[in-house]
Amino acid sequence: MKYPFPVGRADFIQGDEAIARAAILAGCRFYAGYPITPASEIFEAMALYMPLIDGVVIQMEDEIASIAAVIGASWAGAKAMTATSGPGFSLMQENIGYAVMTETPIVVVDVQRGGPSTGQPTLPAQGDIMQSIWGTHGDHSLIVLSPSTVQEAFDFTIRAFNLAEKYRTPVILLTDAEVGHMRERVYIPNPEEIEIVNRKLPQNEEEAKLPFGDPHGDLVPPMPIFGKGFKTYVTGLTHDERGRPRTVEREVHERLIKRIVEKIERNKKDIFDYQAYELEDAEIAIVSTGIVARSALRAVRMLRENGIKAGLLKINTIWPFDFELIESVAEKVNAIYVPEMNLGQLYHLVKEGANGKAPVKLISKIGGEVHTPMEIIEFIRRDLK
Amino acid sequence: MRLVSAYEIRDKYLRKDMLPTIFCPGCGIGSVLQFTLRAIDELGLDPDKIVWVSGIGCSSRVPGFVNFDGLHTTHGRALAFATGIKLANPELKIIAFMGDGDAAAIGGNHFIHAIRRNLDVTVILINNFTYGMTGGQVAPTTPKGLRGTTAPYGQFENPFDIAQLAVAAGANYVARWTVFNYIQGINSIKKALSKEGFTLVEFLSPCPISFGRRNRMKTAPELIRWYQQITVPLAKAKKMPPEELEGKIVIGEFVDRDRPGLVREYMEYIKRAKKIMGWEE
Repeated sequence: MKYPFPVGRADFIQGDEAIARAAILAGCRFYAGYPITPASEIFEAMALYMPLIDGVVIQMEDEIASIAAVIGASWAGAKAMTATSGPGFSLMQENIGYAVMTETPIVVVDVQRGGPSTGQPTLPAQGDIMQSIWGTHGDHSLIVLSPSTVQEAFDFTIRAFNLAEKYRTPVILLTDAEVGHMRERVYIPNPEEIEIVNRKLPQNEEEAKLPFGDPHGDLVPPMPIFGKGFKTYVTGLTHDERGRPRTVEREVHERLIKRIVEKIERNKKDIFDYQAYELEDAEIAIVSTGIVARSALRAVRMLRENGIKAGLLKINTIWPFDFELIESVAEKVNAIYVPEMNLGQLYHLVKEGANGKAPVKLISKIGGEVHTPMEIIEFIRRDLK
Repeated sequence: MRLVSAYEIRDKYLRKDMLPTIFCPGCGIGSVLQFTLRAIDELGLDPDKIVWVSGIGCSSRVPGFVNFDGLHTTHGRALAFATGIKLANPELKIIAFMGDGDAAAIGGNHFIHAIRRNLDVTVILINNFTYGMTGGQVAPTTPKGLRGTTAPYGQFENPFDIAQLAVAAGANYVARWTVFNYIQGINSIKKALSKEGFTLVEFLSPCPISFGRRNRMKTAPELIRWYQQITVPLAKAKKMPPEELEGKIVIGEFVDRDRPGLVREYMEYIKRAKKIMGWEE
């Protein structure tokens, strides 16, 4: 297949552009969106590329329609994605819940910007961490990935599609205006170098009759896509294994929701991803995610040069969250610091994980600027005094 | 038109394990469902290539009762979901079964934009002038002065004329009937299903329980008589002065044209893109 961008070599591109190219290499052939800064460049890149590879790209009337079209496309058999920023992400939340409930593999990119409401449209923030995990309604679980570099924006986008297909669930790629707009060197692999996961399709009539069952014992039912003669009924109502609405029976609801949550929770080790830097002998740990983790890494190195044994835990998967890992770190260090570009969101997860084994301290910064390494160092130095 | 028995239609197309339906006595949705299935049957369409899409409400439960692929979506969003299904697999024929609140209130924006794009979909719209499943609140179609639980003293807003809205937005085919216009209804659905682009068949449908009961029409026959009073066939309406048409609802076939549908337009767009980029001559 011919690609509308160079493959098998490095390129110097924006994070948003990297996400678009990665999506195409991951097999995305349907993109519906609504323009919003700082995510628009993803859409614009898709608009250039998709028609050339017989994919679909369409500008919908709003964000609600965008994610609705993406879910529809997924049931018609396509790998599908939309991208937005905080305010648009809020509008998508009901249908994210619908995608969880109907176990529809989709990828939603949230390029975070500052502030609630329209806030600081062109400036980065990490204000949607809680929204990405808990923004939709009811009991649920989904997957949230958080890149720190343009290369990671590329790699995690491919992973987002693979995880969505593997676990039949919506996956949120949570990035920010800094990663989205920054240009960096990115290696764009040849398609043969990329591992691609495709959703399980029913192998026979029996499996097709249980689109929300668990025929393989892995909690992930095969997905009978439309038009193959399986006559599948998909509803956001509480449904049984065959997809029939069963809205008032407590047991049916519990069975369904627990399986949907459990299929993520039971596979936490497979989904959760992190990088540890200099943590083995660390006396203090920094836990950070996204763009801030880069400043944090620099801070760790500078602290080490000054004789302070610091280490970094860079969180790549925000949900499902490995609370046990945080506890094991907390057991070994004297304090944990969480620098993030909000008034404390990842902080709450880390604090819960630390489970009282070490004090957890928030290094907060808002207003559209990334922490400098010195700001992190100064906070820690003051605290150590 | 061949008269197939209703039992035959039921056995051929309904999911028997889902019966009985949730519909109240006197409801018109079953009739419109029968019209639609008869139209599919008479046209000999392949059921494996039809997807039923719906939003929320009484009419939106229909895809659950029919033995086809179906997507029962969020309130008002059926046509947005349908856009994704159709563009991702243009082989599929889409029937959107919607209510008046679903299509014209919460889904109003999706409705006019799906029509503007000329999305290839057949909308079967159940207009019962009320939010039936939610308990009889007023809808954007409730005639002025009639009551709902959220306008207990009579609706003070102007209603939408959904069919005319669709004509203005650019639909390829628009017709409106009452559920008692059996032959016209089936013929219109057949025509709608045979055409490219956006097609709409609106049905004025009785809801004695949520709507009629609050407006001195407790039974379906009372609502039939009311429809007879308020509806005017298109040919007759053309000769009537505007003041006489005040408060009446015109029924008939409003538009029948052949603008290219969204799928065809997008296929052309792909060709144009490849040509501009030098990928193809």
